[in-house]
Amino acid sequence: MSHVYVAGLGAVSPAGWGVASTCKAVCLGSPLADQQLERPGWGKLLRARLVPNPPQRPAFLAHPRLRRASPITHYAAAAALEAWSRPRSLQSGPLQIGVVACLQAGCVNYSCRFFGETLKDPQTASPLLFPETVYAAPASHVTALLENVAVTYTLVGDPGCYLEGIALAAQWLAEKLVDVCIVFGAEETNWILADALRHLDGTASLAAGAGALCLCRDPGLSMGVELAAITDAHTYSAERTRADSARAMRRQLPSSSSSELLCDGRGTGVQVNAPETAAWGDWRGMRLSPKRVLGEGLMAGAAWQCVIACEALAGGQADAANVSIVGSNQQAIGARFLRTPVAEPAMDPSQKCEVRT
Amino acid sequence: MLFPLPSSVAEPLRVAITGAGIVSSLGVGWKTNAHGFRAGRAGFRPVSLFDVSRHRVRRAAEVDLPLELPSTRLKPHHAGRLDRAGRMLLLAAEEAWRQAGWEPGNDIPLILGTTAGGMAMGETYFCRAQSIRGRSSGQATRAVHYQPQVQGRMVADALGFNGLISVLSNACASGSNAIGQAWKVIRQGQAKRVVAGGYDALSQLVFSGFDALQALSPTICRPFDAHRDGLALGEGAAVLTLEPLEDARRRGAVILGEIIGYSSAIDQHHLTQPHPQGDTALAVMRQACEMARITPDQIDYVNAHGTGTMLNDSAEAMAISRWAGAHAPALPVSSTKAGIGHLLGAAGAVEAVVCLMALREQWLPMQAAFESPDPACLFPIVRAPRDARVAHALSNSFGFGGVNATLVLRRWP
Repeated sequence: MSHVYVAGLGAVSPAGWGVASTCKAVCLGSPLADQQLERPGWGKLLRARLVPNPPQRPAFLAHPRLRRASPITHYAAAAALEAWSRPRSLQSGPLQIGVVACLQAGCVNYSCRFFGETLKDPQTASPLLFPETVYAAPASHVTALLENVAVTYTLVGDPGCYLEGIALAAQWLAEKLVDVCIVFGAEETNWILADALRHLDGTASLAAGAGALCLCRDPGLSMGVELAAITDAHTYSAERTRADSARAMRRQLPSSSSSELLCDGRGTGVQVNAPETAAWGDWRGMRLSPKRVLGEGLMAGAAWQCVIACEALAGGQADAANVSIVGSNQQAIGARFLRTPVAEPAMDPSQKCEVRT
Repeated sequence: MLFPLPSSVAEPLRVAITGAGIVSSLGVGWKTNAHGFRAGRAGFRPVSLFDVSRHRVRRAAEVDLPLELPSTRLKPHHAGRLDRAGRMLLLAAEEAWRQAGWEPGNDIPLILGTTAGGMAMGETYFCRAQSIRGRSSGQATRAVHYQPQVQGRMVADALGFNGLISVLSNACASGSNAIGQAWKVIRQGQAKRVVAGGYDALSQLVFSGFDALQALSPTICRPFDAHRDGLALGEGAAVLTLEPLEDARRRGAVILGEIIGYSSAIDQHHLTQPHPQGDTALAVMRQACEMARITPDQIDYVNAHGTGTMLNDSAEAMAISRWAGAHAPALPVSSTKAGIGHLLGAAGAVEAVVCLMALREQWLPMQAAFESPDPACLFPIVRAPRDARVAHALSNSFGFGGVNATLVLRRWP
């Protein structure tokens, strides 16, 4: 069996820039405040939870590649660099890095802006915007910020795709294609995405940001967390409902104990949550539902679930953590992480959050 | 479980292609396309899908889609939700599936490459949201069905299989990456059957983007020509069915060819420009051939990425010339983008099928539009229809963002 460890974590969310602020907000449990977005030509306002401005301008924004990059790239870069900072400080020699980017909506800001310009007059549509509209742009920019990147993929799907990305990274590590692999999920907000979400889950507040895990083979780089399992991807179909898939995913993860954490993907919509709520009806351990605090972050939300689960393990809040993702239109999939001995203190203990049951 | 990975097989498995489906501006299906690629036909015409009256360039390689979709398990109201991209994907997948003679089943991964998925549906969503105050008829459906994973699900439902759906969006390398990833899954014993390919339809946003970048040729797309002036866009889809060679032999399947090598790497030079010496392209060609355990002199045909832009073609010409070395003057190369345009996320998959056609039918895909070679081309461009012994073919795909990918295919038997 190949062993895969978590070497670092990164997050940007409506709670702020960094894992600490995201975890703290989720542990406090109070939903963050909504901001309002205008839909052109429509009187009503749309709800969203935006990422606050960083306390100081991140140094990476000085990189020439990021001059015109959109917010999704800023979030992805911040999360990826934060996740990479710990293993980078521990590495004894250069490490080959892999990057897996996971997106659902992707680069909606520049896509809408460029398409709007095109409709007005294609002759004046900005050629600088178009390259930033492609799904592959955030991964390309993050790769440019890192050194020694051997391979980069961008995966698109519903939030369960983030765990597919983790599985892909584990495969690259097992093949020894890379020494470490950064897997990030990122999204940005704009009116069109908030409008689309309104049609699909009227109770949800769209959220922006990113989350990242840096995975490694070397136990010496581990922050005390091991990837134990990723279930099958239980894909929805004409014959398999979300509820069927959620149950199948649940069956592949162990039953609960009081020292274990479930970091689930439930938001505020009762109907949307019903399959996941039913699948985990037997759970008696600790439980966190990050979306209820941070908002519907789509792929970033799935990444936040993993970051929060791993941070709780690294902080000794639980012995094991399950992550449950019952995605919106593709699959139900879960992951399990374990707390393992660590070679050195993982993080400043003052930044650890207390997990509530 | 996706992790831990199943125990690796003792020896990597050989991977057979037992089904191939293709849709391009040359037509729908293997036979029509093979005829067109062999003859060097071009499928360009004035764009009719959206208004290009104010664009610099107004031509592209549009697909003539049949009015009826093939008969599948997809219910009519679901089939009606497929947009142009989804319909092309279904046509290609159905052809490949039928050719493979596979039965429906579970645990069959679907690995797709695309850059835009259902972008046209997203464009409609945008226009309606801006123009209709508060009315939302059809918007929820559009919000779901423009997403590529949903299009993938529709294809799986149509053909009666279920399993992991992976959508890779590594820009113009997506199709090659999807096939390469599928190859790895079979080779490492992680699945017994995989459906893989790429698809992309023309959309106003993407067409306007390349037009705004002035990357589109205002004349004729002439990859590797010294006087080339840009690329031409097209649309299409290609899908392959992959399985272990031994399984295919045991069940008496028609084996169309083998995939024997794949590599992918990232060129960090620039978001949209390759390294001028083609360093990463060179690296992936070398790695793919090392994996295939063959040398450049064993490659009988290269289907180049060959977009027709100044920067891509000079970098790729450098890379191919450096990689082939002394073999370069005898190495036939062509870019089929001269005939069907750049299919973006579908390009790598369609071009893999073109290589398969060359291997199976023993001819070289010709590139009609070509006059004088770029000085960096130390290799000949296939300029006329030509039968040839083709035992190994190599296909390059390079994308915006820097992902480079190479596939190596072998004739069977």
